[in-house]
Amino acid sequence: MKYLISASLLIICLAAVSLFVGVSDVSLARIIDGTADQRQIMVLAVSRIPRTIALLLAGSGMAIAGTILQMLARNRFVEPSTTGTVESAGLGMLVVLLVAPDLPVMAKMLVAAVFALAGTGLFLAVLRAMPLRSILMVPLVGIMLGGMISAVTTFFAYRFDLLQSMGAWANGDFSAVLRGRYETLWVAFALTIAAYIAADRFTVAGMGEEFSTNLGLNYQRIMAIGLVIVSMVTASVVVTAGVVPFLGLIVPNLVSMAMGDNLRRSLPWIGLCGAGLILVCDIIGRTINAPFEIPVGTVLGVIGSLFFLYLLLRRPSRVA
Amino acid sequence: MVSFMTIGAKGSWSFVFSFRGTRLASMLIVAYAIAVSTVLFQTITGNRILTPALMGFDALYILLQTAIVFLFGASTLTGLDPRLMFVVEVGLMVAFSLALYRFLFSSGRHNVHLVVLIGIVLGGLFRSLSGFLQRIINPDDFVVLQDRLFASFNVTDLTLVGVCVILIALVTFAIWRMFHTFDVVMLGRDTAISLGLDHKAVTMKILVAISVLVSISTALVGPVTFFGLLVANLAYVLMPAAKHRFTLPAAVLVAIICLVGGQTVLERVFAFDTALSIIIEFAGGLFFILFLLKGRVR
Repeated sequence: MKYLISASLLIICLAAVSLFVGVSDVSLARIIDGTADQRQIMVLAVSRIPRTIALLLAGSGMAIAGTILQMLARNRFVEPSTTGTVESAGLGMLVVLLVAPDLPVMAKMLVAAVFALAGTGLFLAVLRAMPLRSILMVPLVGIMLGGMISAVTTFFAYRFDLLQSMGAWANGDFSAVLRGRYETLWVAFALTIAAYIAADRFTVAGMGEEFSTNLGLNYQRIMAIGLVIVSMVTASVVVTAGVVPFLGLIVPNLVSMAMGDNLRRSLPWIGLCGAGLILVCDIIGRTINAPFEIPVGTVLGVIGSLFFLYLLLRRPSRVA
Repeated sequence: MVSFMTIGAKGSWSFVFSFRGTRLASMLIVAYAIAVSTVLFQTITGNRILTPALMGFDALYILLQTAIVFLFGASTLTGLDPRLMFVVEVGLMVAFSLALYRFLFSSGRHNVHLVVLIGIVLGGLFRSLSGFLQRIINPDDFVVLQDRLFASFNVTDLTLVGVCVILIALVTFAIWRMFHTFDVVMLGRDTAISLGLDHKAVTMKILVAISVLVSISTALVGPVTFFGLLVANLAYVLMPAAKHRFTLPAAVLVAIICLVGGQTVLERVFAFDTALSIIIEFAGGLFFILFLLKGRVR
């Protein structure tokens, strides 16, 4: 608990840094002594604060979604961007753009979530059909499936001249997050809380179907709940900011190395670390080439794939 | 091929001939390069699911191009002969891919899934790094880079095609000189060595050839992930024996038929133009998953 509180404080400091990093100059001192002008307060309220909150919510949400997926697929190497979940959400976005472009954001998110659910379900069905389930085949199949789904998306986007608007969200980017454009992420947050409440069940579900049933747990139901949480969280992040890759892979693995797999204990840590990591990546993206920004998706792509390689090349220990 | 050149042609013959002729030439080169590089790669790795593209080779090429523009700036580069540049890039590519390959296959890691996964992740890493660099490059340089990166079948410059033809000729000559060793290499390392083949030297030579071919195809049309996988495996199915005398030419022919035929049909019949790569991507992904499900991967 002591550590959790200090970690939370660290995240708050990072969030504060995130508030005061950017193109227009906003200084803390002037806000406190009341000499800040109207414009600075505006920047803070309309752009900086929403952006920071969106980062915190998206980071913790994606990290926890990754954890749940790893429990459900019983594989350390999966996360929403290696199971076709993200790509399916993208296909859902495209369908909304084609069929009903003026739907409210909430409805868009729901459509994307339904698609993400279908895609993840398909992935898990393919896994069940696989004869010998080598650990490494699982992410391979997921990546290929994602590639196929995004090929379908690209094909239709190309036919209807929507490639540009699709390209915009293909890479996670929080620079366009303003007040009134990120509120769907609170849905993700609510689901994250729900995941915490159901944490023990996911821990048990991670032991496999027979084991869970033996303990009197309705395995199918917990699977369904987990899938819904993962899909909704992924969809809300994709609709708001675009694809945020690898967060759900890095954070759960690091936390698991440090403290094992009791989700009741580790979920708060996973949420915090996810939020922290995405904040750090976003701040890097904002400062390294100021005044231009590097999207957080690109920064995470580099860091995440390096980490993935490290996981793969580590002497295969107890990977489940 | 003739149909590609003639169907739907309007306007002056000389223009059509030069425009489509260039595109046809580049397509033939690409088909050849992808087919040969994939079959040879599968020979040295002794595996029918690995392809240079899956192992991130083409992403590596793009990263190299980006890095060169990033380090030297476009102004320096525009002063140079693009053909010379291309040769330099190919040289670098060979060096890097040799290093990468040795790292991947020398340490006795023979778990195929692991190798494929590492390749895919490496490809992703290279792409992310390229994206990262492209963001930091100043905008003028980026325009130059974009011109270089996005040569598609519709915009290929003749000089590049010329250089590629020369390189292809050289590589083909080298391959032809080594042709008798391929079937032996396919038997696996230990068998090949006991049959008196300098296995290491031969695989290195083949790898150099592969790097050159991948550079050529990527320079002309950008990354094509699954095309090689489809073509090579089709060739294995069609041919009576796994001898390279059969499989190599078969793969090249299949590749040409797929690429030129597909492009012709799509363009003239459905009036799409760059959707071919997307369709190949989809089919390839499906094929790959089925391949995995069948458990035919040794």
